[in-house]
Amino acid sequence: MIEVKNLTKCYGDIKAIDDISFTVDTGEVLGFLGPNGAGKSTTMNIITGYISSTSGTVTVDGSEILESPRETKRKIGYLPEIPPLYPDMTVRKYLEFMFDLKKVRLPKKEHIEEIMRLVQISDKGGRLIKNLSKGYRQRVGFAQALLGNPPVLILDEPTVGLDPKQIIEIRKLIRSLGKKHTVIFSSHVLSEISATCDRIIVISEGRLVADAKTDELSKSLGKSQKLSLTIEGNSADILAEIKKIPGVQKYVKLRDISEKTAEYSVEYGTDNDIRREVFSAMVRINCPILEMKSGNESLEDMFLKLTQNAGKGGR
Amino acid sequence: MGAILKRELGSFFSSATAYVVMAVFFFFSGLFFNAYVFASNSTSLTYVFSNMFYIIMFIIPIITMKSFAEEKKQKSDQALLTSPCSLTEIVLGKFLGAFIMYALCCAIFLVYAVVISFFAAPQWSVILCTLLGTLLLGGSMIAINVFISAMTESQVVAAVLGMGVGLLISMMSYFVSLIDVEWIKTVLEKISFLNYYQNFTIGILSFTDVIFFLSVTALFLFFTVRALEKRRWS
Repeated sequence: MIEVKNLTKCYGDIKAIDDISFTVDTGEVLGFLGPNGAGKSTTMNIITGYISSTSGTVTVDGSEILESPRETKRKIGYLPEIPPLYPDMTVRKYLEFMFDLKKVRLPKKEHIEEIMRLVQISDKGGRLIKNLSKGYRQRVGFAQALLGNPPVLILDEPTVGLDPKQIIEIRKLIRSLGKKHTVIFSSHVLSEISATCDRIIVISEGRLVADAKTDELSKSLGKSQKLSLTIEGNSADILAEIKKIPGVQKYVKLRDISEKTAEYSVEYGTDNDIRREVFSAMVRINCPILEMKSGNESLEDMFLKLTQNAGKGGR
Repeated sequence: MGAILKRELGSFFSSATAYVVMAVFFFFSGLFFNAYVFASNSTSLTYVFSNMFYIIMFIIPIITMKSFAEEKKQKSDQALLTSPCSLTEIVLGKFLGAFIMYALCCAIFLVYAVVISFFAAPQWSVILCTLLGTLLLGGSMIAINVFISAMTESQVVAAVLGMGVGLLISMMSYFVSLIDVEWIKTVLEKISFLNYYQNFTIGILSFTDVIFFLSVTALFLFFTVRALEKRRWS
């Protein structure tokens, strides 16, 4: 549906984005993740045709933004970081204006009513936009992007500045929209992306550092799993016994808790589960396990790892 | 284009802009009408129009200062530029919005002509010719000021710069008398708006004058499109 190829944008000598390529399939919800200033908004602005790239192409549903801007733009609904609102207009007047501006060919009144119902602003139609709260402005911006039911939705940090209840509502909305539309949405909040998206793209300092399915990403990046244990007994014996277990990559004693008990950390590969072996090994040497906790590397750790590596120039 | 034009007019009339601009325009034109027509017992609107030249130079930057500067500032230009409208449509919409606002101001001259007709027969041909000239002059000034507005993010900068340019254009004939170099004199005379405008005010409808104002308008509208295009690439 969307194909981005070797996209580069320079501002003078500074490369805001550097050779980014990815594709989004029809009906997919793609999360666009990166720290502030990573180039998320720039990429989105290029896809929607607000600014031009220095090099590279963007194809939306077969049409290229530079070759046939009108057709391409008609297919995209865009909610920029700051919703493009006119404070001196009422919500309904504004949506009517955007309807005309986007040259939508649907029954005007019904369509606007329907969109307003969808984002729950039906009762705000007569209010001036300047008198609306941040959350409602965001929703009006959302409504504007949805006008004309474009097949592609591009949402730049749609949940910033909303209260937790609104965030949950907006996420639900994005999820439900993902059934009919292809959605790209950006955020610097990880939990949000992992809760809403099928796939995640991580960019950092203008470069693509990861592109994977949400659940695969944490698996593929966390090449090892961690086990933290509290065991009673002679630590030399315990470590020697752990060493014998196949699949163990790293083992270390973290600290003594009391005279006899200590905390250990064991790392092992993702392909096998060693918890049973650890248990039976400890039974053999008669050292009771007081606590065993397994931890998959969280998305947060992985995100930090990815973006820090990129910062050092590695990939 | 229609959508933008409608919004422009809506925003003029939903804010104080339209009413303030019209009030100032009517006040000065009324003042001149009183002085040059009633007080001097004349039926000629020529002096009213030639004096309005300076008021127009100051009022137009106020009408146009918002057009692109405000959009850029509140980032609503993102909606315009990502919509399936071409830049030309956007610029024309903005231009026509301001032009219609200006034309509404100029409509007051027709009222003055009707007022004259109660006392003596007005020279309709001269008045309509001058009105056409005023609209053409306004059109080119609006195009220049829309261009200025597209270059900046601040309405104040746009307005001040526009007034500066207006003042410079008004004083062109004065510069001509100051400069001794022949070719500069000729050039300045050729681009002095007042020279072209004055022909209209005395009832001369010449093809050259019409073409002059129309080409200035087209040129600056083209520049505006280019300015917006450039912003996208930088």
